[in-house]
Amino acid sequence: MQSQATYNYKVVRQFAIMTVVWGIVGMLVGVIAAAQLVWPQLNVHEFLHFGRLRPLHTNAVIFAFGGCALFATSYYVVQRTCHTRLFAPGLAAFTFWGWQLVILLAAITLPLGYTTSKEYAELEWPIDILIAIVWVSYAIVFFGTIARRKVSHIYVANWFFGGFILTVALLHIVNSAAIPVSLTSMKSYSAYAGVQDAMIQWWYGHNAVGFFLTAGFLGMMYYFVPKQADRPVYSYRLSVVHFWALIFTYMWAGPHHLHYTALPDWTQSVGMVFSLILLAPSWGGMINGVLTLSGAWHKLRTDPILKFLITSLSFYGMSTFEGPMMSIKTVNALSHYTDWTVGHVHSGALGWVAMISIGSVYFLLPRLYGKSEMYSVKLINAHFWIATIGIVLYIASMWISGVMQGLMWRATNPDGTLTYSFVESVKASYPFWTIRFIGGAMFLGGMLIMFYNMVKTIAGQKAYDAPVLAPAAAHA
Amino acid sequence: MADFISGFWNMYVMVLVALSILFCVFVLASNMTKREKGPVQLHGHVWDETLAEYNNPLPRWWMYLFWITIVFAVVYLAIYPGFGRSNQSRGQWAQYDAEMQAAQERFGPVFAKYREMDVMAVAADPEANAMGKRLFLTYCQQCHGAAAQGAKSFPNLTDSEWLWGGAPENIKETITNGRNGVMPPFGPALGADGVKDVANYVRSMNGLAHDSVRAQRGKEAFESNCVACHGADAKGNPMLGAPNLTDNRWLYGSSEAVIIETVTNGRNNKMPAFGAFLGEDKVHLLAAYVLSLSKK
Repeated sequence: MQSQATYNYKVVRQFAIMTVVWGIVGMLVGVIAAAQLVWPQLNVHEFLHFGRLRPLHTNAVIFAFGGCALFATSYYVVQRTCHTRLFAPGLAAFTFWGWQLVILLAAITLPLGYTTSKEYAELEWPIDILIAIVWVSYAIVFFGTIARRKVSHIYVANWFFGGFILTVALLHIVNSAAIPVSLTSMKSYSAYAGVQDAMIQWWYGHNAVGFFLTAGFLGMMYYFVPKQADRPVYSYRLSVVHFWALIFTYMWAGPHHLHYTALPDWTQSVGMVFSLILLAPSWGGMINGVLTLSGAWHKLRTDPILKFLITSLSFYGMSTFEGPMMSIKTVNALSHYTDWTVGHVHSGALGWVAMISIGSVYFLLPRLYGKSEMYSVKLINAHFWIATIGIVLYIASMWISGVMQGLMWRATNPDGTLTYSFVESVKASYPFWTIRFIGGAMFLGGMLIMFYNMVKTIAGQKAYDAPVLAPAAAHA
Repeated sequence: MADFISGFWNMYVMVLVALSILFCVFVLASNMTKREKGPVQLHGHVWDETLAEYNNPLPRWWMYLFWITIVFAVVYLAIYPGFGRSNQSRGQWAQYDAEMQAAQERFGPVFAKYREMDVMAVAADPEANAMGKRLFLTYCQQCHGAAAQGAKSFPNLTDSEWLWGGAPENIKETITNGRNGVMPPFGPALGADGVKDVANYVRSMNGLAHDSVRAQRGKEAFESNCVACHGADAKGNPMLGAPNLTDNRWLYGSSEAVIIETVTNGRNNKMPAFGAFLGEDKVHLLAAYVLSLSKK
């Protein structure tokens, strides 16, 4: 039985397309920054030197690429699993244009050198205010839709999206609290000072990983994996346990970014043990996704979208094992400040976040244009393999160079002096930075294939809005 | 904002930490169901036509992993500084002190054996020289360069010119207490034109291209303004760190523009003090190494 009303796919389409566009832009900036490390002469202009492109890269891939993917999928999933049209369509449209404006302002101000110098929160105060307004609007649209749902139970994907939206609002507003130099100035100073500032920054920073880059994408996983595999989720009970455990423990993990600093010992200890407790709740998500496939493993052979989704879960499991391990103080003493951290972040960012987003967008695009599949399934397969090999090159080279740097920095002569000067460790890193550049370029190449496939899928097609489905009879 | 180390925040966090761990225990303990006989049942809700959930029990190995990390957390927080200022003897400051003491005991004698030797003799000792070089590459190369040839505003240590004197005790003094070389600004006193004249005179003393009329005028200005520090013969004064202006060696550059900048705005150059950080024995070796560089 179908009603006449349709789902609001327009805003989903907009965000889905911009996911691919910003993915290409953000990754291109990343590849340029990687090239600048290998060939320093590429730092051609102050607007384009490594120190300014690097935050542009991180902001673009996390908030532009990842953010658009989260908006697109959460708007799609919340409508379909609540069996109702999106609440406040005008506000939903505002979140799209507002978010694009934020991205545009970031792309202008970061190269110009406007920065708060807080990692992943570099944008200056006027843009921070805009982000807060867009985000609160997002929360109203999302939770408004939940409130209008036609089914009594809230589907698990929506718990994760909801947790992500609420927490990111809290994190952003608290960490961005700052005092502008004047109302006409693009410069502000943090409301916190010294080690408190550092602690709040990394409370934000690690929860940006935990809620923006994990909880939100787990929401994606809980819809698109069972949908694409056409299998029920493995365990409702497991999803309850790992959801609440994840929410409760991630909040504490931030201090592991500040091991062996001015941060008091007890704060470091709390950060470390909660990072270790996080292992099981994180793996709960991976297990629930991977085991959902039991009975349907053969589909992996023929379905490249499922390959993206399941491989992303493997990378998620790997990086959430690596993370707790690196938070152990003894390990951290070696790994901190080295490329190992960069490799760890990218096994999460490329392997988990990007791959699950790519898989989900491949699922969405044809459906948003009234088709059953993408223009070319073969090209999705090609994208998958190029991206996977790219990731492996990237993280393997960063592991090796990271451990090498850590060992070189701590090596001492019989008289206690350092065996290597810093610059020698830089020199030794060049081959690995070259491999990283190649790996990153391959991942970017995969995105270009996706862009072509997207254009070919959309070309000549009319936008399609599916009719709102009535809930299954027993669950209304 | 109250400091992290105030007692209140300790208590606040302790309570929240305990509650968070208890919450994990509660969630886990209340979901320890075992697999029942027969096929696994669906949970009983359907969304978006096909989405459903099995209600499999938690995988056992996963559940035990979770328990182990919780137990580890409690034990670790009890043994290490985890609740407020407890167990400081296992904290990072105690760890640092212990490591530094161990290093001092192990490496102290290696350096101490040169303590009584004359700096010139140490400079001639190949083993001591190799150690001095390693110290230099750790602490000095950031400014003076790996080859000790300096850079703009950082003196070249391989020539035989010394801003502050080249005797062993001068070099030791430089490393131990640092130096602050100050050239006052003369822009206001001389005016733009006067500064240009002086710059031309300085260039003339080094055999560099110059305007001889300006240089002649500059000589007069030099004699009334600059000789107090640089000396009547312009050969400098190591007591003040005033450079020799006749040897065609330049800390900031020899172009007219750079000299004008120096005379107009003055310079304030600083070598940091390393004495307290490195200790006498290492300074002794470093001084010998630096001396050995200049003799080549």
